[in-house]
Amino acid sequence: MLRTVLTRAFPNLPRLLVCRYSAAAAAIPAPNPKPEVHYTKLFINNEWHDAVSKKTFPTINPATGEVICEVVEGSKEDVDKAVKAAKEAFRLGSPWRRMDASQRGRLLNLLADAIERDAAYLAELETLDNGKPYSVSYCIDVPMVVKCLRYYAGWADKWEGKTIPVDGDYFCYTRHEPIGVCGQIIPWNFPLLMQAWKLAPALATGNTIVMKVAEQTPLTALYVASLIKEVGFPPGVVNIIAGMGPTAGAAISSHMDIDKIAFTGSTEVGHLIQQASGSSNLKKVSLELGGKSPNIILSDANMEEAVEQAHNAIFFNQGQCCCAGSRTYVQENIYNEFVERSVERAKKRVVGDPFNLKTDHGPQVDDEQFQKILGYISSGKKEGAKLMCGGGVAADRGYFIQPTIFGEVQDDMKIAREEIFGPVMQILKFKSIEEVIERANDTKYGLAAAVFTTDVNKAHYVSNSLRAGTVWINCYNVFGVQAPFGGYKASGAGREMGEYGLEHYTEVKTVTVKIPQKNS
Amino acid sequence: CHCISAGMAHELAARQWSTTGVARQHWTTQIPRVFCTLLFINNEWCKSSSGRKMAVLNPATGECICEVEEGNAEDVDKAVSCARRAFQLGSLWRRMDASDRGLLLNRLADLVERDRLLLATMESVNSGKLFLMAYFVDLMASIKTLRYYAGWADKIQGKTIPVDGEYFTFTRHEPVGVCGQIIPWNFPLMMLVWKIAPALCCGNTVVLKPAEQTPLTALHMAKLILEAGFPPGVVNVVPGYGPTAGHAIAHHMDIDKVAFTGSTEVGKLVQKAAGKSNLKRVTLELGGKNPNIVFADADLEHAVQEAHHGLFFNQGQCCLAGSRVFVEEPIYDEFVRLSVEKALKRVLGNPLLANVDQGPQIDRKQYDKILELIESGRREGARLECGGVPWGQKGLYIQPTVFSEVTDDMRIAKEEIFGPVQLILKFKSMEEVIQRANHSQYGLAAGVFTTDINKALTVSSAMQTGTVWVNCYNAVSVQAPFGGFKMSGSGRELGEYCLQDYTEVKTVTVKIPQKNS
Repeated sequence: MLRTVLTRAFPNLPRLLVCRYSAAAAAIPAPNPKPEVHYTKLFINNEWHDAVSKKTFPTINPATGEVICEVVEGSKEDVDKAVKAAKEAFRLGSPWRRMDASQRGRLLNLLADAIERDAAYLAELETLDNGKPYSVSYCIDVPMVVKCLRYYAGWADKWEGKTIPVDGDYFCYTRHEPIGVCGQIIPWNFPLLMQAWKLAPALATGNTIVMKVAEQTPLTALYVASLIKEVGFPPGVVNIIAGMGPTAGAAISSHMDIDKIAFTGSTEVGHLIQQASGSSNLKKVSLELGGKSPNIILSDANMEEAVEQAHNAIFFNQGQCCCAGSRTYVQENIYNEFVERSVERAKKRVVGDPFNLKTDHGPQVDDEQFQKILGYISSGKKEGAKLMCGGGVAADRGYFIQPTIFGEVQDDMKIAREEIFGPVMQILKFKSIEEVIERANDTKYGLAAAVFTTDVNKAHYVSNSLRAGTVWINCYNVFGVQAPFGGYKASGAGREMGEYGLEHYTEVKTVTVKIPQKNS
Repeated sequence: CHCISAGMAHELAARQWSTTGVARQHWTTQIPRVFCTLLFINNEWCKSSSGRKMAVLNPATGECICEVEEGNAEDVDKAVSCARRAFQLGSLWRRMDASDRGLLLNRLADLVERDRLLLATMESVNSGKLFLMAYFVDLMASIKTLRYYAGWADKIQGKTIPVDGEYFTFTRHEPVGVCGQIIPWNFPLMMLVWKIAPALCCGNTVVLKPAEQTPLTALHMAKLILEAGFPPGVVNVVPGYGPTAGHAIAHHMDIDKVAFTGSTEVGKLVQKAAGKSNLKRVTLELGGKNPNIVFADADLEHAVQEAHHGLFFNQGQCCLAGSRVFVEEPIYDEFVRLSVEKALKRVLGNPLLANVDQGPQIDRKQYDKILELIESGRREGARLECGGVPWGQKGLYIQPTVFSEVTDDMRIAKEEIFGPVQLILKFKSMEEVIQRANHSQYGLAAGVFTTDINKALTVSSAMQTGTVWVNCYNAVSVQAPFGGFKMSGSGRELGEYCLQDYTEVKTVTVKIPQKNS
């Protein structure tokens, strides 16, 4: 039963379940809804610190609105301390710089082992702090974290430079060197997974890290910090600070001693990060930002499959995905049926206590997001979109919102242009392929897109024409750690995951040696 | 400096000069009289929207060569909309076979080769660089770069990726789109080619702003681009000033990528502009204060020679100039003596003449800045070994200048001078010199001279720079990537690596019924 629920809710889950948890549903341990919190301080130089300012902030359980605990709030002075430690760890001759690349891979594998060991606890903590259903934390987030770490563990001693046949009596080669101290700022929607996406390639390539975790969801990141120390990363290699964007985040993005910054979050803040780099030391910037990703359903698609995938494309993780399929374009002749079936499907979505294994859909992360989404829903109504289901609050406490569907959405409506980051599906109608390509591309964003069709020519024509870093054909939200992910246009710069992800944590050094005589 | 070090280039030039004569009659009598002076937009020549023109000067004489249309924000808008149209789905350029893009680049290389003499002369007259250098270094490098990237055009391969699950995943390396490119005046033609060749081979369209000082070869290249047969709008050349045309490119909402070569100061503005506008991708090649480290065990004569050319090449107007020469204590005095001897032998004069080693600086602003920094060196207690003053009656010449007893905290040891001023510093140990060499906001290039393989590898690994030369300097090659660590820039030009900065990677994942290995 549970398997059926999960399979329906999460398209990539069956495989995960089959592969990793072949004992199937029975393998999901009953969660403890009140996991103990062990770490709430700043992790600097492999030690736990209070903030210089002595400040703390509360972290909230979004399912209840109650305070889980107080967490130490890092700000500029703490970032400075962390950067100093990271810089020291990156010094020439340091244990980290002298370490064999294979040993860096070994450490990443050890970290993966430790996370796997503590998978249930981490999944509980993630659900408590973020609100995502435990079945998802346990079956998707944590296993993907483990895969990501193991994948980059394998790269550590395979990130090869080249020898280059230059003209003249020279011998020329490149070294792929770590950039140095990397500032990494991660969001709250996949706290553990985003942390792994940032840590793994940076560490595989030999950088050191000052990471700021989102103030909404600091708990799992700090627990992972303890595992980083446990498995034996040298002091200063990874430093983790919980704090606010305008203080700690700003300190990282404008720091003169941070060599690279990687940010995942809103396009609005992405703009600030890029400017901060220009105002400070021209640190290298990679950004994973917002999206308003089109999901295009052609009339020849398998209807049932398309409805199911489009549903999960938008509602997965309470709609809190940068790659959410938030503009569903459906071809005219199947539009009505598609809307009808989508509504049917959304109504079946079980909203409730995220620790209940039957739950598909938890609360939004905090009050700010909750209010913002409700604002978008009312703007959709005002602008004349047709509310097909949902549209309201789903519980009397916590930040629950009903799965919501708008039909007859027009391209110029706010809900069709701006990133809502909530469980609100927009279904738009189109006639021709040319038309839908143009409309799909008419956005400042370019993160992801999808097309559903059984026609190979249409599939390739549409996927080639879309200005987006990821295109899914007859599927959605498929993330392979082996495949790069990132945005065109204002959805970001650079790629994470895959081999491509290594480029953004590497400085290429060209070494040219004069030699007496060259021979081929 | 391409493919052969400056010193070698000079020797080669002299040798070829004496044997072949480079058709001496030709270039001395054929100083061009007619120039392209209009904006090049959509394969058409047009006047600037403001009606304004800028005077193009010969820095060797201060005379006005001609006037060129001055593009501004409005002209940039026009160029961008043409470049955008050329990039539309279904356009000639987007539908073109990659191999044909390579063919066009090779054809362009042929045309540059055909006009090599003319272009080299034009470059020399407009930028003040030696004709022989322009002919043998800049032009050769430009032709090689075009041919090199012509070969890449149909070899920019995506990957198929073994993802988990019943999916088939591949990547496409797509062009980024409309690329704004802003280039400097020190290697006008070569910088243009470094920019357009990789951009075009990946299938982008280009809006390029040459430096206001040196628009002539860029406009001639536009003519050749038209002749080669690139479709309208693929390359647009808009001469103009940084604060107007450059600013418009950096802030443009419809430019997908900006590539800038120039000062770190302006590089920061470009980065900020991207952040303020549309988050366009940014690659930067900026300033340097490059250490050139000479150990006592090095071949002294060779090291002196390379260090000399490493700094004085192109009147010192190179972002990769070896402007901090660190010499190990036991050979310091001898190194300084030989370097001064060499500097004093440098012949200044008309850059078109074969026996001249050094031409004028590019413009009054640079000239004044260099003299001011020389003055600061004197004031701060460095020892002026030779030069230090202007030369000649007219033109912007500065005598080859050598300072010894320079210390790390002096302005001349920290700031980019971009002129013929060599700074020689003393060091005692390898650890010390590594630390001092890296103590800079810059990280573009470094040199190390030693016969000890351990020293060579230790120092080259330790340098926080994008390029390290061992027992050579200025050995830039089209096959090898070039770019900066730290505030010397981001991204790499040349080599295969550069292609990354002109492509967007698209991951396409297809649901399939059943996977088999």
